Amino acid sequence: MPEPQPAAQFAHLPQQHEVAQLGIWTFLATEVLFFGALLLSYAVYRSADPAAFAEAARHTKIAIGTINTAILLTSSFLVAWAVAVVKTGGSRFAAFLLWSAAALGLSFIGLKGVEYAMEYGEHLLPGFGFRYDGPASQSVALFFSFYIVATVIHAIHVAVGIAVFAVIGRRAYQHAYSGSYHSPVIVFGLYWHFVDIVWIFLFALIYLPGRSG
Amino acid sequence: MSGDKNYITVNNSIRSWLFTTDHKRVAILYFASITLFFFIGGAAAALMRLELVSPAGHFFTSDEYNRLFTMHGVIMVWFFLIPSIPNTLGNFIVPLMIGARDLAFPRLNLTSWYLFMAGGATTLYALFKGGIDTGWTFYTPFSTMYSNSYVAIAVAGVFIVGFSSILTGLNFIVTIHRLRAPGLTWYRLPLFLWSLYATSAILVLATPVLAMTLLLIALDRVFGIGIFDPARGGDPLLFQHLFWFYSHPAVYIMILPGMGVVSELIACYSRKEVFGYSFVAWSAIAIACIGFFVWGHHMFVSGQSPFAGLVFSFMSFAVAVPSAIKVFNWTATMHKGWVHFDAPMLYALGFIGLFTFGGLSGLFLACLAYDVYVTDTYFVIAHFHYIMVGGMVTAYFGGLHYWWPKITGRMYPEYWARAAAILIFFGFNMTFLPQFILGVLGMPRRYHVYPPEFEIWHVLSSAGASILVVAYALPLFYLGWSIFFGERSSANPWQTTGLEWQTSSPPPPHNFAATPTVTRKPYDFNVNGEPRAQNA
Repeated sequence: MPEPQPAAQFAHLPQQHEVAQLGIWTFLATEVLFFGALLLSYAVYRSADPAAFAEAARHTKIAIGTINTAILLTSSFLVAWAVAVVKTGGSRFAAFLLWSAAALGLSFIGLKGVEYAMEYGEHLLPGFGFRYDGPASQSVALFFSFYIVATVIHAIHVAVGIAVFAVIGRRAYQHAYSGSYHSPVIVFGLYWHFVDIVWIFLFALIYLPGRSG
Repeated sequence: MSGDKNYITVNNSIRSWLFTTDHKRVAILYFASITLFFFIGGAAAALMRLELVSPAGHFFTSDEYNRLFTMHGVIMVWFFLIPSIPNTLGNFIVPLMIGARDLAFPRLNLTSWYLFMAGGATTLYALFKGGIDTGWTFYTPFSTMYSNSYVAIAVAGVFIVGFSSILTGLNFIVTIHRLRAPGLTWYRLPLFLWSLYATSAILVLATPVLAMTLLLIALDRVFGIGIFDPARGGDPLLFQHLFWFYSHPAVYIMILPGMGVVSELIACYSRKEVFGYSFVAWSAIAIACIGFFVWGHHMFVSGQSPFAGLVFSFMSFAVAVPSAIKVFNWTATMHKGWVHFDAPMLYALGFIGLFTFGGLSGLFLACLAYDVYVTDTYFVIAHFHYIMVGGMVTAYFGGLHYWWPKITGRMYPEYWARAAAILIFFGFNMTFLPQFILGVLGMPRRYHVYPPEFEIWHVLSSAGASILVVAYALPLFYLGWSIFFGERSSANPWQTTGLEWQTSSPPPPHNFAATPTVTRKPYDFNVNGEPRAQNA
């Protein structure tokens, strides 16, 4: 492979690398505010009716949620490993790590689909035949509105990450990355860790209320 | 250099324009698009002013009038004002000003324009299919439950265009941080860049909140998730908080770039360094920061707690301080300068007058008690039009004239440009001064039928609007004429500082033959008002 050249607007490769990193951090700042608006809504309604949110959360599938958390954390570990490996020139091994992370992402989405199907059967999805006969049904409905909006948007982020890893995994397999050029792996690794962190917040907000003590 | 191709002549095929990644060409694409939207939004305004000439309202039903002012607001805010200076002049000038070959992410820049067009097409589809009647603010629960119009489609369009804003902001932040020419330190940056940097921070941090809010509205309409629906336990006030958390900072998106342009114009045509450069620079950052904590002043009558009202009132007064610093410093810059009244300077002076008026009337609205009195009246309309139209649109035209020779390589006709600048100033005041009076007299906004005693003020305002129509159309003709018949421009027709004037007009595809090195502060004029060269 010839040494990669910087794009026309850059003076040298390190500058291009810095630009890519600053770009992804700025993008993640946008994402924080994007999810932040949703988390704020959740906080407002939960503080208005904590008992109903605890009751609603007891209807979520915590087993699937926990397995999915383990899956995403493992995938993030693989991506972090890929970043470490690609820096020392192990491009082909990094490809397998990235593809494995993508595969874990796919299984996350698959399990999420199973979870949605179960909840659909129990009439827990607002907009899709929601029915709840217990007390404070309005707040329970708001909880599940938040649940479906937040998890679907998160799942879209996971899907984007899977597609990206499929592509840059292939490029890594073709030895496109080296010790001097590997910023796509770092940049999309950061993106993947962010998606992971969002899930950690969602896990705590969706599955854990009403389940302590 | 005369034999070399510039960025326009390098390739003339349609394909080369639609797939360009040259920041200068993307700027031209944006320029053509927002000009179209400006005249669509302007046509809606003209029809409104026509309707308001008579108290009875002869031309439209109330429902049609609702759709008209919504169309005016949505188009003007998201498809003209927000992209106006950043995406046209900013896209063109930022890399030139910092001595770079392009923005940091050229493909992302083109993507941003396609998103803009996709959002624009979606919104126009909603507007021409039958329109929306919610006002540009999309207040719930009217927008989610009761409105019998195309809210979901319009909201989708604004959602999409938001991402175009975010990508532009991201691009500018990274470019200004990482692509500055050697020697171009932060305190050597022209003030236009400080302004755009502050603007970009708002674009990146506020727009996503709007995106999520609009998404929730659309989901509420389509799936009935009820997040803002009081009938289902939702809270409409939460919507207002989220909406204004974006939309008040967005007001600063719509004025900070104008302030940046005016700083350039005042320095150039006073042949003098900007007075208190670092204060003007940091006041842009201060406006962007404080601007995030004033949104509650849109909600003084919403029933929020008096304590919240007090804090938001105080913060709204505080944000006026950095704005005032800018106005004082521009004025001080002209003091003992060699002031030239070229057309761009006339626009800049118009900006200072109109912005001051708009800013001071904003202090009235920051007062809790007085705001209750004039909420939802024409006083509010007059106030924000003084900022956005009197301020931003005037600055946009000023900047457009100033950089026109750089963009097109042609000089505009000075006589006509001055005539338009003066006409805009007087037409604008005639249109909007009466609206302050209407507001104080109690005329509510968004009504097309009104008591006869308001008629004289409405007629005056509409007469002013007819002058504005001519004044805003004039540049379209003489600038269009100058593209083909204008005198050819030299590299630096204004004899001013700034790296963008050190390359040919129009610039070559990659801006500079060799990357310049900067050794001096900006606006470095000698005592005779002559520029010292920027690069070694």
